[in-house]
Amino acid sequence: MPTVLLLGAGSDMAVAIARRFAAAQYDIQLAGRQAAALRPLQQDLQIRYGITATVHSFDATAYDTHADFLAALPVTPDITVCAFGYLGDQEQAQHDWQEASRILHANFTGAVSVLNVIANVYEAKKAGMIVGISSVAGERGRQSNYIYGSAKAGFTAYLSGLRNRLFRSGVHVMSVQPGFVNTRMTQHLTLPPLLTAQPEQVARVVFKAVQRKKNVLFVKWPWRYIMLIIKLIPEPIFKKLKL
Amino acid sequence: MQKRLANWGNYPAITSEESAYTQEEQLRSFVVANHGFIARGNGRCYGDASLGKHSLSMLRYDKVLSFDTTAGVLETQAGVTLDQILDIIVPKGWFLPVTPGTKFITVGGAVASDVHGKNHHLEGAFSGHITEMDVIIGDGTTVTCSPDRHTDLYWATCGGMGLTGVITRVKFGLKKMETAYIKQKQIKARNLEEVVRLFDEYKHYTYSMAWIDCLQKGDSFGRSILIVGEHATKAELNGKQAQAPLQLPSKPRLTVPFNLPSFILNTFTVKAFNWLYYGKNFKKEINNVVPYEPFFYPLDAILHWNRGYGKAGFIQYQFVLSLDQKDGLIAILRRISEKGWGSFLAVLKVFGRQDSLISFPMEGYTLALDFPVRKGLFEFLDELDEIVLQYGGRLYLSKDARMKQDVFWKSYPNAERFAEIVKAYNPGKRFESLQSERLLLTK
Ligand SMILES: Cc1cc2nc3c(=O)[nH]c(=O)nc-3n(C[C@H](O)[C@H](O)[C@H](O)COP(=O)(O)OP(=O)(O)OC[C@H]3O[C@@H](n4cnc5c(N)ncnc54)[C@H](O)[C@@H]3O)c2cc1C
Repeated sequence: MPTVLLLGAGSDMAVAIARRFAAAQYDIQLAGRQAAALRPLQQDLQIRYGITATVHSFDATAYDTHADFLAALPVTPDITVCAFGYLGDQEQAQHDWQEASRILHANFTGAVSVLNVIANVYEAKKAGMIVGISSVAGERGRQSNYIYGSAKAGFTAYLSGLRNRLFRSGVHVMSVQPGFVNTRMTQHLTLPPLLTAQPEQVARVVFKAVQRKKNVLFVKWPWRYIMLIIKLIPEPIFKKLKL
Repeated sequence: MQKRLANWGNYPAITSEESAYTQEEQLRSFVVANHGFIARGNGRCYGDASLGKHSLSMLRYDKVLSFDTTAGVLETQAGVTLDQILDIIVPKGWFLPVTPGTKFITVGGAVASDVHGKNHHLEGAFSGHITEMDVIIGDGTTVTCSPDRHTDLYWATCGGMGLTGVITRVKFGLKKMETAYIKQKQIKARNLEEVVRLFDEYKHYTYSMAWIDCLQKGDSFGRSILIVGEHATKAELNGKQAQAPLQLPSKPRLTVPFNLPSFILNTFTVKAFNWLYYGKNFKKEINNVVPYEPFFYPLDAILHWNRGYGKAGFIQYQFVLSLDQKDGLIAILRRISEKGWGSFLAVLKVFGRQDSLISFPMEGYTLALDFPVRKGLFEFLDELDEIVLQYGGRLYLSKDARMKQDVFWKSYPNAERFAEIVKAYNPGKRFESLQSERLLLTK
């Protein structure tokens, strides 16, 4: 059976994605900083879907461990889903480098580091698929969350470059741009219901898009147009908006 | 996140701050850092028991932790719903030891309401099947309790409406079955006398309940249909069913997409509904083999049927009276039929013996009725409460949204003891719901 590796498996979105793939009989590798906290999910996947799920300790910002991490996996995953991220606090990040760097590293450098390793393995094998969960926040910097947004922008650009590079080896790279998702990350925010996806919906859409090898995926279709409009606003006007 | 919340009866509806966590350490930190919140499952209690200014949704705390398919023991986090559990256990030949009339409730909700099913008279309530559970109490510690460990916490948590703490993990025994089908028998009863006699005659059946048409007067007063059933054996199946005895055919769902105007549910439509329901059972007795879903969860086939009662919502009034108080049952049904405020659903069931601290069931008759919220309803229900009190009965907290304080304190014999235990585990009202405030359950 094919295997899916989930990097950042503790997030609500990753849990839903793991379940969706397990329901289709994929084996699942759960990787996260607190491996012990992933045990209940591991049990859950095995009992509900009768597949094999394993747990692996993984820290996105421990760059020099990434090669060993991948080498130590029981099997090379067919699909790697990069689902970790950190929203952080924009205002704090403006004054406190610790917070700013946490946001940058968790959303960008960490992802680049681990996906570099995986990309090389897939390229050599001439097979594999990488799914990166980026964000619509990366489409244009806004005063309310441009530190997170810039890290995601970097990640989105990285993914499109990677897609370009790996195309010739038959390796597919998909970027996912969820808009608002109702998760623990956003539970203190009040989100517009029509634009907010449930993690299960993200999982369904991602699963389908993986089967169809989509390149760029907007989970809720209005986002594609909202972001298009936001990108089209001329800078002299945009800078005056409170976004 | 600020959210509009209401439970199944759509009354009351409030704005609440909702939080949700997926890991025990997060839950613990939340409990320690907050006051005046209540754990919430799937909101299938009817009234205000899982409503509060701040609520802790358990729906994402939903991992299945272990399943011993030989001994039939399941261990889950509290937010797993019964329908998810059925999907896992039924194909392996196991069933829930006790299930309420909907499968869309969480395990935590099953414990906190100590739910009963159609088999209560023989197999008791949910609490009777738990081998152990974890509760995060007021100081943030996780206490493992069971019928023989930390028994005060155990018994105050079963039926305790979330007031002793947050239930996080439950381990309980399942029931072996050969097929996913039920051999059922439906018997028409001309009146209350007859259905009571039939309950007695068929009490050896594992599952039983009756639908009552409570608008009838005179000779047909209490006219009803008794439904009894047993898990079908393989030998009792035929055709398609026999080929895959543990697999159910999948089917599309119906849903009521919005609130219907309340005038649709007046006495006339209730009469018509009951007439049709009763009338379709043209024979005195029907025997057949049906999938377990329509037998246990007839209403789940229509998702959101509760919206049929309109925006104002409805109250489900469920009481229990001891076996020797049949007169009380008659008195209440009589008041309802006089008033002409019948309901679509009036469900009668006989409970078996149960000694528990604060759970609802006791040996006797229990009747559940729906009443759309309207002017004068609460006064009318206060009158019914008086009759229930007079006959030594009590109301189900899980359905309640309006009973007055003294009704609770007079009718639950262990109320004081319960409140003491709650105080010990929930000092300073860390766990608090609209219901607990209304009834002073956390004094
Ligand atoms: C159509 C229908 C039929 C029903 N039939 C029956 C029946 O036959 N028998 C019966 O007994 N009941 C029946 N019920 C009622 C239902 O079974 C109970 O109300 C059940 O408790 C609902 O569970 P829930 O997960 O939706 O929890 P909620 O409704 O959200 O909460 C119910 C109570 O449980 C508490 N709670 C929930 N989770 C936790 C937790 N993790 N820790 C601590 N406390 C918690 C809440 O605080 C609240 O007090 C029926 C309900 C419906 C809608």
